[in-house]
Amino acid sequence: MLNFINALPGAISQGLIWGIMAIGVYITYKILDIADLTVDGSFCTGAAVFVVLYTGGTNLWIAMLASLLAGMLAGLVTGILHTFCGIPAILSGILTQLGLWSINMAIMGMKATVAINVSTPELLDKLLVSLRFVKDVANGTRPFYRHPILVVGIFTAILILVLYWFFGTELGCSLRATGSNQNMARAQGINTDFCKVLGLMISNGLVSLSGALLAQYNSASEINMGRGAIVIGLAAVIIGEVGFSKLFHNFGLKLLSVSIGAIIYYIVIQAVLAMGLNPNYLKLLSAVVVAIFLSIPYWKNKYIRASVKTTKGVSTNA
Amino acid sequence: MLEIKEIWKTFNAGTVNEKQALRGVSLTLNDGDFCTVIGGNGAGKSTMLNAVAGTFPVDAGTISIGGTDVTHLPEFKRAKFIGRVFQDPMMGTAPTMQIIENLALAARRGQSRGLKWGITKAEKEQYQEMLHGLDLGLEDRLTSKVGLLSGGQRQALTLLMASLQKPKLLLLDEHTAALDPKTAAKVLELSDRIVAENHLTTMMVTHNMKDAIAHGNRLIMMYDGRIVIDVSGEEKKKLTVPQLLELFSKVSGSDEADDKLLLS
Repeated sequence: MLNFINALPGAISQGLIWGIMAIGVYITYKILDIADLTVDGSFCTGAAVFVVLYTGGTNLWIAMLASLLAGMLAGLVTGILHTFCGIPAILSGILTQLGLWSINMAIMGMKATVAINVSTPELLDKLLVSLRFVKDVANGTRPFYRHPILVVGIFTAILILVLYWFFGTELGCSLRATGSNQNMARAQGINTDFCKVLGLMISNGLVSLSGALLAQYNSASEINMGRGAIVIGLAAVIIGEVGFSKLFHNFGLKLLSVSIGAIIYYIVIQAVLAMGLNPNYLKLLSAVVVAIFLSIPYWKNKYIRASVKTTKGVSTNA
Repeated sequence: MLEIKEIWKTFNAGTVNEKQALRGVSLTLNDGDFCTVIGGNGAGKSTMLNAVAGTFPVDAGTISIGGTDVTHLPEFKRAKFIGRVFQDPMMGTAPTMQIIENLALAARRGQSRGLKWGITKAEKEQYQEMLHGLDLGLEDRLTSKVGLLSGGQRQALTLLMASLQKPKLLLLDEHTAALDPKTAAKVLELSDRIVAENHLTTMMVTHNMKDAIAHGNRLIMMYDGRIVIDVSGEEKKKLTVPQLLELFSKVSGSDEADDKLLLS
C-alpha cells in the first residue's frame, strides 16, 4: 500500500503525459470518427526526434517543435493514403505505423534506445519534465514548480485552450461537421478530404509531442515505447467519457476529461502492479478493459431495446 | 439557370448489376423555375439530382449552373451554387452539433473557412428570428444537438440551412417521403414559402403526383433514365392525375407504369 502511495505522483505525471496523446486520439476517434492507428508509430517518432535533436545540442523548445512537426508529417502521410489513395482509414494507419518503425530506427541511428545523459546536471536541469524531478521536489532539492504534475498540467491546460479555440473557429467547425456527417459537410461546401487530413495531422502532432515529453520524463527514447498507444488512448477517452460525460458538456471540459481518464488509467495500472501483477500482463489487461468498455454501448442498445419490448407486452396485457 | 446537356450515367458498368441510370438527359431550367420531378422507382430522378449536385461524376454530357460549367467540379465546390435537402432526414444535418452550429456552417456555404470564430453574435439573433418563423419551437433550443430533433424538424431546419446562403439552385430530393402525412404537408408548405420568398430556382423530386401537380410551375416525368414528359405554364396548371397517367402510358407505351406510379 505504501509502495502504491509513493508511486502515485509518478503515476499521475505519466498519466498526464499520456493524456496529451489521448487528446490526440480523441480528435481522430471522437471528432473525426476515424480509428487512427498511426499513433503507435508517431508517438515514438516524437520521442526519437526530440532525443536526437536535444542530445545533439538543439534548444529544448525547438526540439519539441520539431517533434510536433514530425508527428504532423506522419499524420499527413496517413491522411493522404486514406483520402487521395482511397485506402480504408484503419489500414492507412497501420501502413504508416509499420513504415514509421523503420523511420524511427533511422532517426535514432539504427539503435533501439537513445538516452539523454541525465548525469550531466545542466542537461537534466533544462528538461521540462523528468522522473527525477518527482523525487527532487519531494526531497526539497528542486523548487515545487518543477514538479512534473504541475508542469505537464499547465502544458495540458494550454493545449486544451488552444484546441478549444481552434475547434470553435470556422475551420474547426468544418472538421467537426466532417466527423459528424460527411454528406452534410460536403453539401455545405466543406472539403471533407482536407478536413480529415488536417485532423489526422493535428492528432498525430499532439501524439508526437506527448512522445517527446515521455522521452524527457524517462530520459530516453525507445523503439517500442509507442506500442499499444492507441489502446491506452482509447482507454483514456472511454474512461473520461464514462466518468464525466454527465458532468462535462463543454468541449474544453471534454478534453480535460480525456486527460483525467489517462491519469485514472495510470493510477489503476499502478494499483494492479502494486498488487503484484507481472508487468508483462499489462498489455493484455489494457486490451481486455478497452474491449469491455467498447462493447458496453452496443450491449446497452440491445438491452434497452429488449426492455422496451417487454414493457409494451405488459401494457397490452394490462 | 440550370442547363443539363445529354448526360449519361451507368452504374456497375460491365457487371451483372449494370444499370443505365441516365440515358441522355437534357433539361434547361430558367431563373425562378420551380420544377417538380416524378417517375417510378429506378426512373433516374434521384440520380439526375445527384449528378447535378456532384455526388458522382457523369459518364458523358455537361452540367452548368448560372452559366458556370460545373461538370468536373467536385461536390463540395458545387455546393457554392446548390442548396440541398435529402430524402433521409439524417443526411442534411450534423447530428452531434448544435442547431446554431449547423446554421452557422450552412451560412458559410461556398465561402472559405478560416480561423475566425465559427458563430458571430449577430448571427445568433438572426437565427433565433428565422427559427421562430418555422414555428416549430426551435428558437428556444439553439444549443440543442440536432440529433435530438424529429425527422420533420430536421427537414425544416435543412430547408432553412439550404436557403441561408441564397443558392442558385435548390434540390429537394423526396424530402417529405420519410415524414408522416401531416408533417410532410407542413414541410412542403414551408418549401413553397422559402422558394417564393427567395425566388429560388428549384427542382423537387416527389413520389406524390398530386404534390407534383400542386407545386411549382413546371413538371417533368422520368422513365427509364430519360425525361419523357415536360409540361409547364398553363398546361401544367390544368393538369390532373388521370391526365398525367394517360399521358405517361402513351409516352412509355405500356400500362404497367400505372400501378408502379400509383403504388409507389
